[in-house]
Amino acid sequence: MALLEVSNLKQHFTTKKGFLGEKTIVKAVDGVSITIEEGKTLGVVGESGCGKSSLGRSILRLVEPTEGSIKFEGEEIVGMSAKRLKELRKEMQIVFQDPYASLNPRRTVRQILEAPLIIHGVGDKRERKELIENLSGKIGLRKEQLSNYPHEFSGGQRQRIGIARALALNPKLIIADEPVSALDVSVQSQVLNLMLELQQEMNLSYMFISHDLSVVQHISDKVAVMYLGKVVEIADVGKVYDTPMHPYTQALLSALPVPDPTRIRSRIILQGDLPSPSNPPSGCTFHTRCPMATKECAEIVPPLEEKAPGHFAACIHV
Amino acid sequence: MVRRVTSSPLTMLGLFIVVIILIAALFAPAIATHSPTEVDLVSKLEAPSAEHYFGTDEVGRDIFSRIIYGTRISLRIGLLVVLIAFPIGTILGAIAGYAGGRIDQVIMRITDVFLSFPGIILAMSIAAALGPSIENVMLALAATWWPWYTRIVRSSVMSIKHSEFIEASRALGANPFRILFKEVIPNSIAPATIQASLDLGFVILSAAGLSFIGLGAQPPSPEWGAMLANSREILREAWWAATFPGLAILFTVLGFNLLGDGLNDVMDPKQR
Repeated sequence: MALLEVSNLKQHFTTKKGFLGEKTIVKAVDGVSITIEEGKTLGVVGESGCGKSSLGRSILRLVEPTEGSIKFEGEEIVGMSAKRLKELRKEMQIVFQDPYASLNPRRTVRQILEAPLIIHGVGDKRERKELIENLSGKIGLRKEQLSNYPHEFSGGQRQRIGIARALALNPKLIIADEPVSALDVSVQSQVLNLMLELQQEMNLSYMFISHDLSVVQHISDKVAVMYLGKVVEIADVGKVYDTPMHPYTQALLSALPVPDPTRIRSRIILQGDLPSPSNPPSGCTFHTRCPMATKECAEIVPPLEEKAPGHFAACIHV
Repeated sequence: MVRRVTSSPLTMLGLFIVVIILIAALFAPAIATHSPTEVDLVSKLEAPSAEHYFGTDEVGRDIFSRIIYGTRISLRIGLLVVLIAFPIGTILGAIAGYAGGRIDQVIMRITDVFLSFPGIILAMSIAAALGPSIENVMLALAATWWPWYTRIVRSSVMSIKHSEFIEASRALGANPFRILFKEVIPNSIAPATIQASLDLGFVILSAAGLSFIGLGAQPPSPEWGAMLANSREILREAWWAATFPGLAILFTVLGFNLLGDGLNDVMDPKQR
């Protein structure tokens, strides 16, 4: 049994335009099915606005999913009682993109790390102190630094504090929403390696959301490529990067720099902008920008099918 | 933080005035040269002298001593009104901003109703309805003052409520009560605290105004506004009877304003 099993998840937002309120529906996530195995990492890539962050927040029920099913260890999360959901929050946590916005500027690191323990009534004061010191050791923070405020730390240190907060309750699943995008490249690798070490040590599963293809390749076991709220390709990391099937994935990967000067790069340039998710194109939502598009693409919604063993793609031309 | 206060001369002046007022209020019996209420008709309407620093009023009471005792009344009014209005306004504003939707609508429309009257008129009618006394003036002022804090706090809550640290708290399973008091309010209260320190001066001014028109402190209470009202009729013969209470009000309001403005610059945690 997979640790997390998401099927046909939809996250629609209704926005009102203007005074009289002409309602438009934004389909941020539109029928996504993914699974995450214990101890493994699923990378989720896509342009900004493709719904990858909404997917993460929806799974944690930080926003209420519109439709679909999310099963954590076989237990349905959608529609779960608030009480049980709180219990389950111990098992699944989130690490945010912006380490400057994700820590309360008026609380010390100690208070920030103690909050999850207090909320879930873990231990007494002394036990909590021990847990926090243990935790701060894991992320390479000295004991004295615990009484500092977030603004006294660098971006990388803050992000590690954010990771420590997520780990405080010994979760099984971490949803990492672009956890290194806001960091310098040199600091990115430190944080990534820390995440990999912690994964080994605590048998964590990650859902790693990013727009950075190289980062995702480095950390993931499986990769899902998203476009306009839908998964267009999903497979093991090697398969996606070596033999990408969907034209969108191919275009994304062609933009990746290759450290090999002899290889001729044939870069696929996508035309146009990402269409608005409130008014997606008909048929295959990618047909407006797809170099392989034909007439049928505007009519047929391509299902996500197993095109090769363990390799799923949503394109009628593959 | 201390250095930031001391580096601004105007803030220091404000602090200096406020400290003097506090000392005057705390040690009034020791500082005052006479009783603030004792009538001495023999020495009525005396000009300022070594015996009566600020002169005497129409029934021979020492104006200096009355002003010193008056600091107690004014400070008490200012502090109590702000201490009542501030938490009410802050909590309502935080709830409105964080909850949004219908709860926000209800709270803010009530706030609008209060704000749609000129504050002093509303306070006058409340004080008049309850009957003239210091306590009723405080109630009336508190009732007109809280909506300002509600507005300030609401708007700063709205600007931070989608912050990731609040989302993180929700992801951890914190209940709305904890999120409101540990995450939302501490991060949105600074502008309102500064407003509160400015308001101490304005509340004192308004209370003096209400006492001046007879709705607040009643004679022989040494309240500055009431003293001003009394001295109105003797302005030609005794300039000192109106001048010194007026100056007392002026300096108190000025002191709290300068201090409040200075705090404005200091309260930002990122500059600590």
